[in-house]
Amino acid sequence: MSIWSYANPVKFLALSAKVQPVLWVTSISCVVVGLIWGFFFTPDDFRQGSTVKIIYLHVPSALMAINAWFMMLITSLIWLVRRHHVSALAAKAAAPVGLVMTLIALVTGAIWGQPMWGTWWAWDPRLTSFLILFLFYLGYIALWEAVEDPDTAADLTSVLCLVGSVFAVLSRYAVQFWNQGLHQGTSIPVATGERTVSDVFFYPLLVSMIGFGLLFLALVLYRTGTEIRLRRAQALRVRLERAA
Amino acid sequence: MMPDLGKYATEVLSAYGASLALLAVLIWLTLRRGKAARAALQDVEQESGKNG
Amino acid sequence: MIALLIRDLRLAFRAGGGFGLGLAFFLIVVTLVPFSVGPQPALLGTIAPGILWLGALLACLLSLDRLLALDYEDGTLDLLLTAPLPLEAAVSVKALAHWLTTGLPLVLAAPVLGVLLNLPVPGYGWLVISLALGTPALSVIGTFGAALTVGIKRGGLLLSLLVLPLYVPTLIFGAEAARRGAGGQDVSTPLLMLAGITLATIALMPFASAAVLRMGLR
Repeated sequence: MSIWSYANPVKFLALSAKVQPVLWVTSISCVVVGLIWGFFFTPDDFRQGSTVKIIYLHVPSALMAINAWFMMLITSLIWLVRRHHVSALAAKAAAPVGLVMTLIALVTGAIWGQPMWGTWWAWDPRLTSFLILFLFYLGYIALWEAVEDPDTAADLTSVLCLVGSVFAVLSRYAVQFWNQGLHQGTSIPVATGERTVSDVFFYPLLVSMIGFGLLFLALVLYRTGTEIRLRRAQALRVRLERAA
Repeated sequence: MMPDLGKYATEVLSAYGASLALLAVLIWLTLRRGKAARAALQDVEQESGKNG
Repeated sequence: MIALLIRDLRLAFRAGGGFGLGLAFFLIVVTLVPFSVGPQPALLGTIAPGILWLGALLACLLSLDRLLALDYEDGTLDLLLTAPLPLEAAVSVKALAHWLTTGLPLVLAAPVLGVLLNLPVPGYGWLVISLALGTPALSVIGTFGAALTVGIKRGGLLLSLLVLPLYVPTLIFGAEAARRGAGGQDVSTPLLMLAGITLATIALMPFASAAVLRMGLR
């Protein structure tokens, strides 16, 4: 039994129907627990005051904003190489979720930046990169909407996703070169294994990150199922009209 | 019950409010589209069941 | 290949081909800037390199939707698809024609418009060099965007939305080089990066454009 057998829409729907209830419950409870823990039961930071509580929204959404694009990149590649429809539809389903995550990261960042940096917005590399990522999401979604034939749309958006990824990385470094930033370094440096955030803040943040990740997964599974059903309905409709 | 948010209460609350609202809209749109898709598929399947 | 290039150039120069439109647009953008930000010479001099780069970029963008749309409408594109010439080469030639008719005139016009914006004297040379290095990348990336949207009705606006984020790195390094040049600073880093982007896009983007064209026209 290989993983590719789930590229069959029927099997995919069956599996996702089985997994989804669990996924929804755990993801929403993780988000709720993480946020409540963070909001009610963590101390204020001595420099940032209570605004440190925004981290439980900002970091997980930013993380998922990037991971969503990464997932779209992988599913696009799978579609281009192996032509599994489920893969292309999963990429389509993930894009609006990624867009919203990017928006949350930008909004919470701006709200946090106003009291802390004294400005809503600065042309800082991280902020600018996220704005560019937001534009990429918009373009990607617009292209899906604009192309009528679904297979052609999947092809074109996949290539756009690949090319866009290259340019997104390029923009990241270009922007870094262009302006040195205000933004602090990463909160969770995986590579060094150290922590720049103390434990009190870290555990609720971790729960919240897991929650956002699972929520993303649940949303994408649900939305992919929606897209599969829409495609099937459309195909059947065409068949009916031909028969009539 | 409510923790003391100090002078940044507006910022923190608006950040939570805005994010949760965005998430709620996303989930609502997702569910609405999902329901519409299920209904559309059922319609078509019934029709083709009748004809074929 | 050369025949295709000559044909494209001829079509562009003929009335209604769009040659000169880009230049006129560039001129208008540059004219409008002082109206919007005020006529102070010092301020204009500071922002001149950026404005000239942005104007050139927008002028390039403006002419992109004609790049493949006309060929799509009259069926030339279908011929190119089945021609013995590889589509990658055809796309490269189209991008070259676009650059010769849009990018090159912009490069040549930029110093003249620089006078209008009170560009500092050391900036002229670097402005021309950075534009000459950067505009080919704009044409090649733009061709990819045009190829993506070729079959779409009223794809012009979508084309801008898709292409503009892809222009970000080119614009950053190009404008940075021009700005540093105008300020009398060292320009080698941004200029080298700009040249790298241009060469890489010229080498790789035609493959993406051709692939997208094949998908879109299937």
